[in-house]
Amino acid sequence: MESIGVLMACPMNSYLEQQLEKRFKLYRFWTVPDKSSFLASHKDSIQAVVGNAGAGADAELIEALPKLEIVASFSVGLDKIDLAKCKEKGIRVTNTPDVLTEDVADLAIGLMLAVLRKLCESDRYVRSGKWKRGDYVLTTKFTGKKVGIIGLGRIGMAIAKRAEAFSCPISYYSRTEKPEIKYKYYPSVVELAAHCDILVVACPLTKETHHIINREVIDAMGPKGVLINIGRGPHVDEPELVSALVERRLGGAGLDVFENEPYVPEELFGLDNVVLLPHVGSGTVETRQAMADLVIGNLEAHFQKKPLLTPVV
Amino acid sequence: MAAEDQSQTSQSDLPYVLILKPPPSFVLFGDHFFHSPNFQYLKAYESPLPLPHFLHTHARSVQALLSSGGAPVTADTIRLLPRLGLVVTTSQGLNHIDLSECRRRGIAVAGAGTIFSADCADSAVGLLIDVLRKISAANRYVKQGLWSSQGIYPLGYKLGGKHVGIVGLGSIGTEVAKRLEPFGCSISYNSRSKKPLVPYTFYPNVVELAANCDALIICCALTDETHHLISKEALLALGKDGVIINIARGPIIDEKELVHCLVKGEIRGAGLDVFEHEPDVPVELFALDNVVMSPHNAVFTRESFDDLCKLVVGNLEAFFSNEPLLTPVALDDLPHFSGRKD
Repeated sequence: MESIGVLMACPMNSYLEQQLEKRFKLYRFWTVPDKSSFLASHKDSIQAVVGNAGAGADAELIEALPKLEIVASFSVGLDKIDLAKCKEKGIRVTNTPDVLTEDVADLAIGLMLAVLRKLCESDRYVRSGKWKRGDYVLTTKFTGKKVGIIGLGRIGMAIAKRAEAFSCPISYYSRTEKPEIKYKYYPSVVELAAHCDILVVACPLTKETHHIINREVIDAMGPKGVLINIGRGPHVDEPELVSALVERRLGGAGLDVFENEPYVPEELFGLDNVVLLPHVGSGTVETRQAMADLVIGNLEAHFQKKPLLTPVV
Repeated sequence: MAAEDQSQTSQSDLPYVLILKPPPSFVLFGDHFFHSPNFQYLKAYESPLPLPHFLHTHARSVQALLSSGGAPVTADTIRLLPRLGLVVTTSQGLNHIDLSECRRRGIAVAGAGTIFSADCADSAVGLLIDVLRKISAANRYVKQGLWSSQGIYPLGYKLGGKHVGIVGLGSIGTEVAKRLEPFGCSISYNSRSKKPLVPYTFYPNVVELAANCDALIICCALTDETHHLISKEALLALGKDGVIINIARGPIIDEKELVHCLVKGEIRGAGLDVFEHEPDVPVELFALDNVVMSPHNAVFTRESFDDLCKLVVGNLEAFFSNEPLLTPVALDDLPHFSGRKD
């Protein structure tokens, strides 16, 4: 398989790079000075693309690689892959579901606690030496707060299960109501937002869910509402969110994703009710290894003509 | 009491509740939240007299005392209050009260009961996730603009599947365990005695517990027995992949050894709400990204504060109307408390 060309879209994991290099001819797209001439000269040798949440395989790239057979994403989200084009051309697509569910759900709860209980600000307070001059402010209790989840898939359900242990009543919005689920369903995001204290985005990014958190939803959340985004940056109308936080029309936010990573609106840097993370939802040693193994496993299965481990298309 | 009677009852008829030093809540938020029409506060800290003199002059008839962690109730103080019948504390901890002396004198003690358990447990879990997933450190990184300039942040560690050891399986320890179960953690514990109906693994001593878990969460009371319970031996047993979370009392951990282990990488990280000499914190910790600290504020939420006000007033009003206390502390089967200031 050493002659099979694999194009890695961007840096994502050095263990994955090592493992790919052992088995395939690895091309690191981000090191190439002229991308279009590279594609022109290598179009016949690249049979696989490895992408992630940041970069995948859009229509342009797919068209430029006539020998492309499989796109393996180092993520569960597929918003960076033109799935329709892949289907059209018979290109397989795989992702990394399940192995990262727990880490992302853990981070969502961690963000809720960090925002409500001002954990990062408390740490900053101690490090600044201010504690010697006086006690810190009162924060907000997390136990018992109403948690509203947008998208009750694997990650949404894992978040619900965890929040329940803190006696949080759970409600959700989903494309369709799930009758077997005991949580309260709201038929619109605005209604969900109006009836919860903490709103979590846990759905896939699609045309329909783009800017699912807009001005109307933010208004419905109100000045005590807290938004947690562990989905994708474009789920949120970011300028609207920023002005709501700066103007204190929204109570707080815990954000792991942004519209234009790694650029984060600087107006958020000075806000003590906002926690900002550099897209680390699945960012643990254990999970990234499991994700890498899944990418390798899917690629090997494909080129050995065995069933794919986690096919999407 | 009928309205006419109330208007005739002058301020001086109301029984006194002595306060030696104002509780943090009084200072931060105002004592009007703890007001009651049925008693009045006698504030020793507002008097220019030295305390023993003040007590001798003004407090001999006092029946109740409102205490907090920073205002120890020692045997000496108790002896100066011959009519003392009740000590109410605003804190979760009781280590600042000489409980043996209270028991000897037939003085009742009213604590916080379980009003703080949820908040303490939430803090413990929050600190654990923060340390493992580097939330505070990564938040700093982003807010300094480093994500766009320096790139990918280092990986954290998964919480799921970790063995968590709880030191002290009381009300708070139990709430911590309950919260961590759906995260896929296996729970074990060490406590003064094994709890028969509990599904968690018991270890008879803290070193064995530490050796068998990835994270230690301190939830026990500070007593003579638990002082420096987490010693160098326990920390080394916890090991290089181990994390320690303390939301109980600073002196339960040998702080010098803890700092040494953190600086040398003998343990993976720590989440600390409490320290041996608050508000002083070892400066070596400020340079470490694998340590998350908070200023002993695990119970300071608006909601718990409201609950505390109601509870303090409720206990005092119950005492003065000869009704049962809301949250009496059982004074039989006491561990050793020397009334040491926490």
